[in-house]
Amino acid sequence: MSLRDGPFGDIKPPLAWLTRIALALAVMAAIALVITDRGGTGRPGAYLAARRTADSVTGPVGGVMSAPVRWVGDGFDSVRGYVFAGSQNRELRRELAAASSWRDEALALRGENARLRAMLGVKTDPPLPMVFARTVIDTRGPFANSRLADAGADRGVTEGNPVMSDHGLVGRVAGVADHVSRILLLTDIESRTPVLIARTNGRAILTGDGGPNPALAYLRNHDPLRDGDRVLTSGDGGVLPRGLPVGAVVKGYDGAWRVALDSDAAPIDFVRILLFKDFSQIAPTAALAPTTLPSTATGAPDTPPTPAAAPAKSAAPAKASAP
Amino acid sequence: MNARPIGPMPWTLWLAAPMALCMAASLIFATPARAFGLQAPEPVFALAPAFAWAMIRPSVWPPLALLMLGLFQDLLWGTPLGLWPLCLLAAYGFIFSFRAILVGQEFWALWAWYALACGLGLGVGLLTISLEAGHVPSPMGVAWQWLVSAILFPFAWRLIERYEDQDVRFR
Repeated sequence: MSLRDGPFGDIKPPLAWLTRIALALAVMAAIALVITDRGGTGRPGAYLAARRTADSVTGPVGGVMSAPVRWVGDGFDSVRGYVFAGSQNRELRRELAAASSWRDEALALRGENARLRAMLGVKTDPPLPMVFARTVIDTRGPFANSRLADAGADRGVTEGNPVMSDHGLVGRVAGVADHVSRILLLTDIESRTPVLIARTNGRAILTGDGGPNPALAYLRNHDPLRDGDRVLTSGDGGVLPRGLPVGAVVKGYDGAWRVALDSDAAPIDFVRILLFKDFSQIAPTAALAPTTLPSTATGAPDTPPTPAAAPAKSAAPAKASAP
Repeated sequence: MNARPIGPMPWTLWLAAPMALCMAASLIFATPARAFGLQAPEPVFALAPAFAWAMIRPSVWPPLALLMLGLFQDLLWGTPLGLWPLCLLAAYGFIFSFRAILVGQEFWALWAWYALACGLGLGVGLLTISLEAGHVPSPMGVAWQWLVSAILFPFAWRLIERYEDQDVRFR
């Protein structure tokens, strides 16, 4: 027997008022969620487990769904490549001619660099280990710009790892689950990246705002910027390694200096996640190893040891212990 | 032509089915696909049922359904939890409060109201994210998302046409 057939069937609840009450309750729940999910000064990671679980589910689903969409996209690109083959050929020939002269110059500079480094004894950074991943979910609205990549904690990815495409920096890892990781793009409104201008060595903070070209804030240089100036990561703060290509300076529609990202040059289907944690990773391990300090008991505290005497002193116990 | 059944509407049809469709559409449009070098837009599909549910009839379920849909979008898009529920509920509440004068309006008039509701929803999102992040998102990005969401009105209209007269108590 349904409720309508019973003794309460004639009762007509004030549905409009009930709807308003439900709406008010839902709004209050949403506001409570927004307040409790505040990062930074609030409680970071209040719903971390929920986000990780959601990413773990949407990652594989997105991977399956993106496959046919990618095939269709590749088909469109094939058609486009076929239609525009002539103009692309001309453009590639022009680029090749320009690149040939650059190649000679680059080879000469590489040799000169190697000689100068050898003379000065400069230690270069060792290559960073990296993980290749495919992006499966792409968020590109004004309130969030992030991607899900199909590599997670199981492959050594940790939060903060820089992410690069073939052309330049894409962003950094903001969340990691077992098999997927969420990449916070440089264009996201929460993204702040310390950068430098290659020409002037001036520092700035690349600030995302949900648009395609993040702005340069806190510019610390008297030398004005120019259109086309190269922008690299500065490595300040130790969050990212120094010198990763970011993009080129452009004047925004709002008059602010912005950056046309290098990573926009091509679709970001595959990415490289650099397993960079901090600068101790790229420093020589031996130099960071704890060393035994020489004893301070010299017997003659008023006379500082001479540089020549110090090695002789430290060598004495070694001789004594030798067989 | 078959006569449409009159009486209480099954919730699976007017609530669950649009919810599932919105979730599937959001998921498909979140795939990193490009055609001819252009990315697909990112419309807020859930704004269409938010508008239609407010128009069809008063019920306690649409606010809860919008809360769920918004949370799904937050988790999918990586926005702060509660952001999209707030946007969707703002649009729903706005239309629900004007329901008495909107029922029976023509297609184009309702489309204008729908665009207004989309603007209000995204405005609430803009305000919330500005307070959260400390600075204002790109107005061009918000305008573009408003535009691609506002053109989804025919889906809301279809939902209204299908279920507006279903329950005789709310004609």
